[in-house]
Amino acid sequence: MAAAGLGLCRLAVLASGPGPLRAGVWGRLPPLAAGPRRHAAHFTFQPDAEPSAHGQTQKMNLFQSITSALDNTLSRDPTAVIFGEDVAFGGVFRCTVGLRDKYGKDRVFNTPLCEQGIVGFGIGVAVAGATAIAEIQFADYIFPAFDQIVNEAAKYRYRSGDLFNCGSLTIRAPWGCVGHGALYHSQSPEAFFAHCPGIKVVIPRSPLQAKGLLLSCIEDKNPCIFFEPKILYRAAVEQVPVEPYYIPLSQAEVLQEGSDVTLVAWGTQVHVIREVATMAQEKLGVSCEVIDLKTILPWDTEAVCKSVVKTGRLLISHEAPLTGGFASEISSTVQRWAVREQPRSFLQLEEVPGDGPDLALGAAHAEEEEVLSFPSPSRTSSWSPVHSRSPG
Amino acid sequence: MSEGDALLPHLCPVPQRVLRQQQFTSLEEKPQFPGASADFVDKLDFIQPNVISGIPIYRVMDRQGQIINPDEDPQLSQEQVLKFYKTMTLLNTMDRILYESQRQGRISFYMTNYGEEGTHVGSAAALDDTDLVFGQYREAGVLMYRGYPLDLFMAQCYGNTSDTGKGRQMPVHYGCRDRHFVTISSPLATQIPQAVGAAYAFKRDNASRAVICYFGEGAASEGDAHAGFNFAATLECPILFFCRNNGYAISTPTSEQYRGDGIAARGPGYGIMSIRVDGNDVFAVYNATREARRRAIAENQPFLIEAMTYRIGHHSTSDDSSAYRSVDEVNYWDKQDHPISRLRHHMLGRGWWDEEQEKSWRKKSRKRVMEAFEQAERKLKPSPQHLFSDVYCEMPPQLQKQQEALARHLRLYGEHYPLEHFEK
Repeated sequence: MAAAGLGLCRLAVLASGPGPLRAGVWGRLPPLAAGPRRHAAHFTFQPDAEPSAHGQTQKMNLFQSITSALDNTLSRDPTAVIFGEDVAFGGVFRCTVGLRDKYGKDRVFNTPLCEQGIVGFGIGVAVAGATAIAEIQFADYIFPAFDQIVNEAAKYRYRSGDLFNCGSLTIRAPWGCVGHGALYHSQSPEAFFAHCPGIKVVIPRSPLQAKGLLLSCIEDKNPCIFFEPKILYRAAVEQVPVEPYYIPLSQAEVLQEGSDVTLVAWGTQVHVIREVATMAQEKLGVSCEVIDLKTILPWDTEAVCKSVVKTGRLLISHEAPLTGGFASEISSTVQRWAVREQPRSFLQLEEVPGDGPDLALGAAHAEEEEVLSFPSPSRTSSWSPVHSRSPG
Repeated sequence: MSEGDALLPHLCPVPQRVLRQQQFTSLEEKPQFPGASADFVDKLDFIQPNVISGIPIYRVMDRQGQIINPDEDPQLSQEQVLKFYKTMTLLNTMDRILYESQRQGRISFYMTNYGEEGTHVGSAAALDDTDLVFGQYREAGVLMYRGYPLDLFMAQCYGNTSDTGKGRQMPVHYGCRDRHFVTISSPLATQIPQAVGAAYAFKRDNASRAVICYFGEGAASEGDAHAGFNFAATLECPILFFCRNNGYAISTPTSEQYRGDGIAARGPGYGIMSIRVDGNDVFAVYNATREARRRAIAENQPFLIEAMTYRIGHHSTSDDSSAYRSVDEVNYWDKQDHPISRLRHHMLGRGWWDEEQEKSWRKKSRKRVMEAFEQAERKLKPSPQHLFSDVYCEMPPQLQKQQEALARHLRLYGEHYPLEHFEK
C-alpha cells in the first residue's frame, strides 16, 4: 500500500492555488495554513560525507540505494532472486524498480499475499543453495511469518547439526514511524526478533549505510532481517557508490565523541539524537557521545560498554514501546557488565522520555499521536543530567 | 442532460465523463472479470460439496495382493519388490525395538510408522536419489529406502556422538544431506512452503530434480499448507505434495479435521493436479508418485497425492490411543489391510517369497536392529560445547562468553552433572 505516496499526493493537491479542486465544495473550506504542519516530531536527516574509497558515486535516496544493492546482487550472483508482494512492478516503495526488466521475471517476481508463505518459500530457496531476498511489505505484517523466522530460519543450522542451513536468506521490510502510518504502517518490531538466536537484525540510518549493510546481510551466511526506515526512503539523500561495498554487521559506529553521556540509537532516531547532542552542547554544555548501533542482533556490546565506561551515563532512544523494547536489553547488559567489570562504580538510570510510550499508535489521531509519541529532540533533551559514578 | 444528472440535482456538479456510459462493442455479454474464466448463469444454485461420493481411490492390488488391472502393474523386478518388502519390514522391526526402548527409559521419545510403511516405500522408490525430501516426522521409511543405516537412525534417537545432528533434537528428527532428506522439525506444515521454495530453485537450475513434501491430513489444516499449495501453483514449481491421510491427528479424527472431501479435493481449488491413492497399496503409491514426478518436472507444475492409510500405532510414546479409538478398529487395519501383508501376499502369489525366507529374514533383520541398538546404547553423548556451535555460522562474542561461562561453571560444579555420559 503506497501510504507515503498518498500522503505526499494530498499535500501537493491542497497546497496548490486556484484550480479545479478549489472549485465547488473545496472552495468553501478554509485554506491550509502555510508552512510545515508538523512541529515537534521532526528530525533532520544528517547525510554523511561522500565516500572516496568505493569509486564513482551517484546521488541516491534510501530506496534508490536499496535498488542499487539489489542490482549489484542480481548482477553478480546468478542464483539470487527477489520476491514478495508487488515487487514486480517496482514495489510500493520503489525499491525494486527496473529489476524485473533487467534480470527477468523468474528472478524478480510477485508472490501471493501471504507473509508466512513468502518467508517459508524464501527459506526453501536458501536451503536449495540459492540467494533469497524476500520482501515483507511493511514490518507491521511480518508477524504471520514469525513462526517461519523463529522456529525455522533461525534454527535450521543448529537443529540439523549444520547439515542444512538457510544462510542465504535475507528478509527486507519497511520499518518505523512515517507520520501518518498509525498502528499498522509504523511499527518497529526489532525487539521481538532480538530474542531469537540464529538470525541477524540490521537497521541502517541512511542510504550509504543501507546499501553497505544490505549487501553484508545478503553475503552473510546467516538468515538476516533488514529493516528499512520508511520515512527516509525519499527524505534521505546522499552520494552513494555505484559499485558494491560492505559495511560490517555487529559493529556499532561512534558518530561523535563525547565525555558526559552516551546516546545510542538506530535507524531514524540516530538523526534525532545527533540533533539532541548539538542542543545539549549548546544549551546545557553537555558533551554527548553518539552511537549508531546498526545491528540489533548480535549487537556490539563492547562498543556501547566501552563508551559508557568513559561517560558514565547512557540514554537509548527508540520508537518502539518502552516495555520490553531493545533499550531494556542494552541497559541491562551495560548494568550487568558495569557491576562485574567496574565494581567500584554504579550507574543510576532514570526514566527518560527517550522511548516510545507503550501504545500502538491510535488510528483516529494518527498524525497527532505520532507527533506526541515519536521520540523527538525537544523531549529527549528535556532530560537533565543525573548522578553517575560513586566516588572512588 | 444524462439520466445521471437528473438523479443528482442538488449535489455538486460531477465531471461529465463519469456520468456518460461506456459503449460496449462486444455483441455477446461475456464476463470480462480478470479474476475468473467462466460463463454467466441465471439460475441461483449453490455448488454442493461432494463428500458422500468423493474423489475415487486409485489402487493396483486388492487386499489379497492380486493385481486388479494388469495395465497398471508397474512391472517391477523381483529384486526391486524384495527391496520394498525388506525395507518395510526392517522399518517395522526397528520401530518395535525403539518403541520398547523408550518404554524402558533408554530413549526419551519415539514415533512408530505402523501401517504407513507402504506410503514411504512406494513413494521413495518412485523418486530419483537426488530429489529433495521434506518430511514431517512419520516418513522414516523414505530415509531407510535411500539406504540410511540403522546406526544413524539409532544415533539420532539416542542423541549420541554418532548423531550427525549433534544430539540437538528429540528422537525421530532425522536428516541426511547426502541422501537429500532435509532435517525434520517439530512444528507442523512449516516444511510445505519451504519445499516449494526449494522446487523453485531447482526449476531455475534446470536440474531435473523434483521436491517431494510429506505431511499428514492434520498438518494440511495449517496456514502454511495453504501458503505452500498456492505458491507452488502460482510460481509453477516441480513439487509433489504427498499427504498421508491416516485418519488421526493424535486423537483428532478426520471428521473433526475437515468437512470437505479430504485433502485431494483442495488441490483443484488451487489449480493443482490431484489424485487420491490407496496408501496401503505400495504399487499404487509407486505408480502415482512416479507419474506425478515425471510430469512435475516436464511441465513445471505441482502435483498433490493424497495417500489414504491408517495409523495403526499410537501417535507417539506419549500417547495411548485406546483413549479415543477402539481396539477392534485398530485390529481391522492391522489384520485386514496392512501394506506389508498385501505385498507379502503378492510376492507369495508370484513365487518370489515363502515361509522359509520369511522366517529367516525376520531373524536376520531383528539381529541387525539389535546389533545397531546395542552399539548406540554404549556411545557417549556429544560434548556440551556443541550447545553453542551452529547457532550462527560463526560464533558471535556473546555466545563465546556464554560457552566460557558454562565451562567455568562445570569446572566448579561438574559433580552435579552426569558428565561421564558426555564426550569431553
